[in-house]
Amino acid sequence: MSSAKVTEALKKYAMVIALIAVMIFFQFSTGGKILLPQNINNLLSQNAYVFVLGTGMLLCILTGGNIDLSVGSVIAFVGGIGAVMMSKGINCWITVVVMLLAGALVGAFQGFWIAFVKVPPFIATLAGMYAFRGLANVVLQGYAVAVNDVTFLNVFGGGADCYVPDFLGGSGLNMTCMLAGVLIVLIYVGMTLKNRIESKTKGYENAPLFGELAKLIIISAVVLWVTYKLASHKGIPSALIWIGAVILIYAYITKKTTMGRYLYAVGGNEKATALSGINTKNVFFFAYVNMGLLTGLAAILTIARAASAQPTYGQGYEMDAIAACFIGGASAYGGIGNVTGTIIGALLMGVINQGMSIMGVDANLQKVVKGLVLLIAVLFDVLSKKDKK
Amino acid sequence: MAKILLEMKNIVKEFPGVKALDNVNLKVEEGEIHALVGENGAGKSTLMNVLSGIYPYGTYSGDIVYDGEVCQFNKIKDSEEKGIVIIHQELALIPYMTIGENMFLGNERGKKSAIDWNETYREADKYLKMVGLQESSKVLIKDIGTGKQQLVEIAKALAKHAKLLILDEPTSSLNESDSKALLDLMLKFKEEGMTSIIISHKLNEVSYVADKITVIRDGSTIETIDNPDRKIPEDRIIRGMVGREITDRFPKRPDVKIGDVKMEVKDWTVYHPQYEGRKVVDGVNMYVRRGEVVGISGLMGAGRTELAMSIFGKSYGKDIQGTLLLDGKETNLKTIKDAIKAKIAYVTEDRKGNGLVLSNPIKINTTLANLDSISNKMVIDKDKEYQVAEEYRQKLKTKCPSVEQNVGNLSGGNQQKVLLAKWMFADPDILILDEPTRGIDVGAKYEIYCIINDLAAAGKSVIMISSELPEVLGMSDRIYVMNEGQIVGELSKEEASQEKIMSCILKSGRGE
Repeated sequence: MSSAKVTEALKKYAMVIALIAVMIFFQFSTGGKILLPQNINNLLSQNAYVFVLGTGMLLCILTGGNIDLSVGSVIAFVGGIGAVMMSKGINCWITVVVMLLAGALVGAFQGFWIAFVKVPPFIATLAGMYAFRGLANVVLQGYAVAVNDVTFLNVFGGGADCYVPDFLGGSGLNMTCMLAGVLIVLIYVGMTLKNRIESKTKGYENAPLFGELAKLIIISAVVLWVTYKLASHKGIPSALIWIGAVILIYAYITKKTTMGRYLYAVGGNEKATALSGINTKNVFFFAYVNMGLLTGLAAILTIARAASAQPTYGQGYEMDAIAACFIGGASAYGGIGNVTGTIIGALLMGVINQGMSIMGVDANLQKVVKGLVLLIAVLFDVLSKKDKK
Repeated sequence: MAKILLEMKNIVKEFPGVKALDNVNLKVEEGEIHALVGENGAGKSTLMNVLSGIYPYGTYSGDIVYDGEVCQFNKIKDSEEKGIVIIHQELALIPYMTIGENMFLGNERGKKSAIDWNETYREADKYLKMVGLQESSKVLIKDIGTGKQQLVEIAKALAKHAKLLILDEPTSSLNESDSKALLDLMLKFKEEGMTSIIISHKLNEVSYVADKITVIRDGSTIETIDNPDRKIPEDRIIRGMVGREITDRFPKRPDVKIGDVKMEVKDWTVYHPQYEGRKVVDGVNMYVRRGEVVGISGLMGAGRTELAMSIFGKSYGKDIQGTLLLDGKETNLKTIKDAIKAKIAYVTEDRKGNGLVLSNPIKINTTLANLDSISNKMVIDKDKEYQVAEEYRQKLKTKCPSVEQNVGNLSGGNQQKVLLAKWMFADPDILILDEPTRGIDVGAKYEIYCIINDLAAAGKSVIMISSELPEVLGMSDRIYVMNEGQIVGELSKEEASQEKIMSCILKSGRGE
């Protein structure tokens, strides 16, 4: 490989490399604690909301660097609705549907102003941030409401048993979890092979074999290693199922569907997109309705994990989601970014948070570090683009 | 002989893929009004940008000798310090600031720590008097008309102690009497010893004010004409502007039968989206037949793009009136999507701003206007997409490593081909090409001309908007000449010539 290719690869995988470097750093500075099975489990469960919100936020950011500031407040609002419903004995599945719908409605409300009336997203969602925080208080009447529905807690990642049950009943190691890991790797390897063979027969450009092979091995190893860690704890946390579903669905939407294409096109050049006969207003509307829907899901995961809803929940969540997108390589001007990047950005912040917590670093200092990481990540992006010109 | 104030020697300026200036020489004497004339894209504005330091020293080659010394300007401030002040075509004033604030923006009066507003407004009033503007300097810019705004720009230049004033199309947005006042002001400054360079399309004005006229064509200086008694005939200037030989710059049209009328517009009137009551397109009647290439000629701002975009699903303007007939049937195209469905394509003049998504690869740009045809219920078939992009890459001979390449990395000519591919893939019957060869080199131009001929041979109707007269003449079966929103002439291929088109424009302009 030539040196130009190496630098290109380094740039492409910079955040992955940063993630690995940070993990190695904490591995030493916490005496190996960060990679204990329990901590891996916590890392995923605790940050479930960042993965979900970050994915939704990515779609908004793709349309032109537009963000949604209201998601934290909406989580408290929608979470409040859910907790109150369940406390009155309403079936948890009905509650879940209502919460998702409520989220989508909030998204539609804000999306309407943004897409059709052209209120700047920053302002429309800032208004939402105030309003829904207030409404959360109204719904909960200022109190914390406990969530006791066992099914709800188990399915959405709260309480002591929020893991996928071990059907195979292995002693010590959770065999279901291990099996799932092996299956994922097999499917992944199979699909990669199929793609390569197909594109070869059709005569398309293939990614270089060496790079793809390295990627394949590394990803497989990571998946197996994580499932092994989870298996030696209590198995697959149920929140992980939801995270996985969101990642897969949205990776598909952004890569393969026409709406995904329009999101990138609008962010890349709105005028050109409109002149191509695409209704750009609908694209903006879609992004914000979708953000609302995912905020509904994040609200479900949040109140499940805390087993309660409080008017103060979700504060600062919007910033975590936005930061995850930008650290993950999304452009602040829109049109550039992907789901994988956002997930890596979310993981990077999660690892830093957790590592510092284990080390006992002061919480205020943790915020400083978080801020610096965001700045450095974006700086890297800006500078690497400058080189090209 | 008077002293030479400015001499630009052998200026060469290249943009990626294009030589914008090729050995330009310009000599300006102290105290004269020197006019620069040439067609759109001839290089006049580029030359002035080189002079004022917008293109910094080192991005061009050649020497600028000003007031006896060789100058190397790195930014606008450098040239302004020497007294070279440029007033751009688009006014650079901030609407919600006062005249005084605008005049001293970046040149504030008072101390560094605090602006002296009394001094600012006193000075502003002084300069306003010099340009003969009666307004108080505390009036907001948005509250005065464009004519007065132009005067504010000049006052602003005077406040910078300008010795050489450059005016780029100063009268393009002014009415007759404001233009006259402005030109008289220039003559008055000349009496006081000011040197000016004026860039203008309006040749009657040039002949009215200029002492010398330098003609620029295709990035080179052609000649400098003396105009001592200010009576030079316009034809004499036009000859210099257009007098190039047309050799084999255009591929031969295969003999195609021209069919029935495909599209016709009648009494088409379009109003400006912002300015109430301003007609941008005014009662246009035109038609295009199958297999025909119709050229629309005219100067910038004649309303050609606006006409095209208003036909293309009302993508420009408001209160659009008139009828649109497709195959003889009256049709109303409300949105761009309707227009594309009716098999009309509009290929924009601004490929970077309105045409392409530069951050996306060729294949994505190629399919954007017709994504439905390669997708199944919202899911894109990536195989088909690749094949389509590849097919057009080969058909149009787009030079690129692969269709995965980002469009932003291509040269102008290849970008234009991708834009054409995008619209050809949308499978239109009528293609409106707006300045299809702007800013691309001669070789790529020839290839684009071949594509246009192929399209016409395939029975498509092509409307080609172009400011380049030779191009319009070389490519079109029929030519419409547009000026100030109206069709002011229709010429057949046989009767059309550069002089005829120019005189259509000039006569209509004077007939007001």
